[in-house]
Amino acid sequence: MNVIRALTQNKVAMFGFAVLLLLSLIAIFGPMLYDGSPWKMVQRPFIPPFANDRFLLGTDTLGRDVLAGLIYGARISLLVGLVSTVIALLIGIPLGAYAGYFGGWVDEILMRFTEVFQTVPSFALAVVLVAIFEPSVYSITGAIAIVSWPPVARLVRGEFLALRNQEYVLAAKLNGQSHRNIILKEILPNSLSPIIVLASLMVATAILLESSLSFLGLGDPEIMSWGYMIGAAKTVIRQAWWLSFIPGVAIAVTVLALNLLGEGLNEALNPKLSGKREH
Amino acid sequence: MSIQTLMYIGGRLIKGAIVLLVIAVFNFFLIRAAPGDPAKVMAGEAGATDELFLQQLREQFGLDQPLYYQLWVYISNLVQFDMGITYRQQMPVFDLIMDRMPATLLLTGAAFLLSLLIGVLAGVVAAQKHKQWADSFITVAALIFYATPLFWLAMMAALFFSVYLNWLPSFGMETVGANLTGFDRFIDIMTHLILPAATLGLFFTAVYARMTRASMIETTRMDFVKTAIAKGMTPNRVTYRHVLRNALLPVVTLAGLQAGQLIGGAVLTETVFAWPGIGRLMFEALFQRDYNLLLGVFFISSAMVVLFNLITDVIYCVVDPRIELSK
Amino acid sequence: MKPLLKVENLSIRLPKGADREFAITNVNYELMPGEILCVVGESGSGKSMTANAIMGLLPKAIQVETGAITFDGYDLVSLEEHRARKIRGNRISMIFQEPMTALNPLMRVADQIGEVFLIHTELSKKQRHERTLSLLKDVGLPDPEKMMSAYPHQLSGGQRQRVMIAMALALEPSILIADEPTTALDVTTQAQILKLIKELQEKHNTAVMFITHDFGVVAEIADRVVVMEKGQMVELGEREAVLNNPQHSYTKKLISAVPPLVAPERPLLAESAPVLTVNQLCKTYSTGGGWFSKPRIVKAADDVSFELHRGETLGLVGESGSGKSTVSRCVVRLLESDSGEILLGDDPIQALDAKALAPFRKRIQMVFQDPFASLNPRKTIGQIIADGPIAQGMPVAQAMQKAAELLALVELPATALDRYPHEFSGGQRQRVGIARALAHDPEILVADEAISALDVSVQAQILDLIEQLKQRLNLAVLFVVHDLRVAAQVCDRVIVMQKGRIVEAGVTKQVFEQPRHDYTKSLIASIPGADWRSGKTTGHAKTLEKAYA
Repeated sequence: MNVIRALTQNKVAMFGFAVLLLLSLIAIFGPMLYDGSPWKMVQRPFIPPFANDRFLLGTDTLGRDVLAGLIYGARISLLVGLVSTVIALLIGIPLGAYAGYFGGWVDEILMRFTEVFQTVPSFALAVVLVAIFEPSVYSITGAIAIVSWPPVARLVRGEFLALRNQEYVLAAKLNGQSHRNIILKEILPNSLSPIIVLASLMVATAILLESSLSFLGLGDPEIMSWGYMIGAAKTVIRQAWWLSFIPGVAIAVTVLALNLLGEGLNEALNPKLSGKREH
Repeated sequence: MSIQTLMYIGGRLIKGAIVLLVIAVFNFFLIRAAPGDPAKVMAGEAGATDELFLQQLREQFGLDQPLYYQLWVYISNLVQFDMGITYRQQMPVFDLIMDRMPATLLLTGAAFLLSLLIGVLAGVVAAQKHKQWADSFITVAALIFYATPLFWLAMMAALFFSVYLNWLPSFGMETVGANLTGFDRFIDIMTHLILPAATLGLFFTAVYARMTRASMIETTRMDFVKTAIAKGMTPNRVTYRHVLRNALLPVVTLAGLQAGQLIGGAVLTETVFAWPGIGRLMFEALFQRDYNLLLGVFFISSAMVVLFNLITDVIYCVVDPRIELSK
Repeated sequence: MKPLLKVENLSIRLPKGADREFAITNVNYELMPGEILCVVGESGSGKSMTANAIMGLLPKAIQVETGAITFDGYDLVSLEEHRARKIRGNRISMIFQEPMTALNPLMRVADQIGEVFLIHTELSKKQRHERTLSLLKDVGLPDPEKMMSAYPHQLSGGQRQRVMIAMALALEPSILIADEPTTALDVTTQAQILKLIKELQEKHNTAVMFITHDFGVVAEIADRVVVMEKGQMVELGEREAVLNNPQHSYTKKLISAVPPLVAPERPLLAESAPVLTVNQLCKTYSTGGGWFSKPRIVKAADDVSFELHRGETLGLVGESGSGKSTVSRCVVRLLESDSGEILLGDDPIQALDAKALAPFRKRIQMVFQDPFASLNPRKTIGQIIADGPIAQGMPVAQAMQKAAELLALVELPATALDRYPHEFSGGQRQRVGIARALAHDPEILVADEAISALDVSVQAQILDLIEQLKQRLNLAVLFVVHDLRVAAQVCDRVIVMQKGRIVEAGVTKQVFEQPRHDYTKSLIASIPGADWRSGKTTGHAKTLEKAYA
């Protein structure tokens, strides 16, 4: 397919893809291969990076292995990012599809509903939700999903609104196809490309959100995450800046890789909208 | 201002009010959704042992009455800006939030203006120098700042400019115990403002720069730009008289939509820099498990976003003559 | 006489990956002072390329390879940009196809016109204002004072094109380049704009390079004609010579594809019960209503009644906004009408709900306008055609078998079954669209502008196919069409609509030869080149008519 070819020719996007692939491998197999619990105190605290052969990135304020923390953190970041995005898509796509396809008062009600969620400051809402339902990996994922679906709904609605009067959709209506068939087989496949692009960017945003929540102390107390590591090192930033520096770089690299891949996907899937057809 | 414009704004006001009402109802149910006695939840852990205070809460919010009645009491209190009293500070929630509001407005306002100004400028330059080094530089910088966690950036900025270089303060809004007045105080606040505003603004600078660049490039391909070139205009004139204004329309919309994010970012920045605004208050409420205060801050910040969206709508109405018809 | 502008051996290279190497190759022509030169060609012929090269509007990726464009002693191809700018908008100016997007939506009309003076002259603000105002009067805009402060979105398409013309003629240029300026307009508006261009051209002795795909327009205004085919200049000559005695086979093909504006005698159909009866159909749209503002109400169909019989082609003609498309969509129940009766045979379907309607769907089918939008890009041709019968309950294998038969019927190869729409040309896709409609064995075929998106040479083929199929399958065809030449050729009867109402209905020949309603008269009078190929001209044109019929 041309999309895949266009994507593989885009070096920047492929770089992002390679980084993500590596991160996924680390997230999946890292904990099996690198035997270190992120919570166990293994050495004296504040060993700087590269000073100790066994603990490559040193130890934190309580003598825990920083590298182990990073590996486990990759797992939770990617997991929360992916799962919350999937949930957000599961909420946003049907809502947007119904609003855009049926229009009228269905659209009016669904879009007012979406507007409320879009107006609310999303990070503040996530904080409130996680705080009230007690921090856990479930409440965090759920809260992130709840604050991220409105853009999906709006995008899908826009696509459906534009496509529902396309002549091939009208032809399907004349054929006597059911609404379900028209939505799923005629319109949805043709509006997938912008959804895919948005989804890749949403994973990035979700990872940022998750790290911000853990930084504020709203992380799952059972799980080591990058945001938590930075938050825990905040008070000792004068003595051991690397403790907050290293996990931050991990977050930035992951999010950057996702953004690069997302832009590459955008160029490959929507050649008209991206900068490819320059004058 | 024409009647249509006023009606348009009136319509937006009603919509904003509805949004706030929905958020209020949502808040109400959130408190009840939290595990445990709602009075205890509202009082937070700190107030959990004081029976007298709990009783006071129950009466004020009608907590022993049926649910619909409680909702009614909650909403009518809210309309009168009564959000209850926090146990720890022994102060009305609303007053506490309003105490902290100016600091947040200063921070977010400064960050917003800064990011809009620099972001638009960078976006225009990047689009002008399309596919040259300046474009690549701006694009890469925007990508990196877009991907960097705000709180981390804030910490690194504090570390570098404050701890390492010792140029700027990284804590609070004023020098503690200095008791400055007049212009000296202004300068003191400004120096305290630089780091938080710059870090909060950087993310949004990246957002606006990317948006402006894309929008400029897209607008350049429109037919009326061809008309302008065919008139014999210089490229610069085409850009500034025809492309820029049209290209900025989506940026205005985006700026309106980003207001909520700016508040969210303020929670993180204020936490890192101990900036005494409502974001910091939210963090404190979180730390003290003072849910009533937490939801109060949440509601007020939502109201700020609604207000900000309204302002953007009015601005949009002024810059785009088509809006009255196409509503 | 010395030519004003000379195009010599001009070749323009396309970027890599385009469908051909050069946009145009070795183009040579001259533009004389005060003449109207029409550059004609189908889409993709490269007819606009030279004009864009003259105006410096070529995209960066497209470069002039060889050749020169000489104007006033300068070669515009190699002229420094700052000098070329002094010519643009001043000595040579241009108007474009889409009046809707060619004006800056955020700037007042007066400012956009005044800009031309601002760039090229030293006029004061007051002088600019006066000159602009008099220009608006010259181009015949109503209430010019008020127009000055209007924004483009407050103007109609025709009015915007007048503003563009005012802007282009502001400094009385020697050359006006008009790139399909009337293509996006309705026929009566087109006639007015053509008249305006011609008047102003005569008044100021401007030379006009008029780019068009429409030979009717050529017949209306051209002095000389250049014909382009796939980047090659295939014919150049005086209007009469090219139109009535074309030399190149491509020109011949194009001209013979233009339907003559004369309705042939058609055999009367035997009396039969109507397959479709529409009685007092009404449909109103309301737009723009908000919380405080009243919606604007538009009557798109107002008391519309007609009958359609087997074996008959009924034309529904009118300009945009006449309601012809609304009526056709109400009839096939893609739109809900407000009131009235729609009978398929004897069965009323106007008010049926979705479930009750399902069995009637197959009896009335539609062919759509845009061949690029009417086929789902993610389905194979086979799926597209077979979908309908499958939805109506036919087993998949049988439906695919039927799809294969239908492909043969519309003269497409059977190998098309497993291929995707993007592999086919516009005309081929339209054949697929017809096959899809026929998959239900309908009694009635509604063709909604089914040929208007196609090039002229392809139009004739599709019309021919529809006519053949109609006779073979004894269909009733409701033909929604804005092109009166086409209507004259293919319809047994026509209905003329204006603002949602039927203003005239009758046998085609009669309506065209003795129109009764004023609107019909003005419509027919507005057809560009009405005198050409109308039976009133030379003997040669008559033989062409026969060839077409």
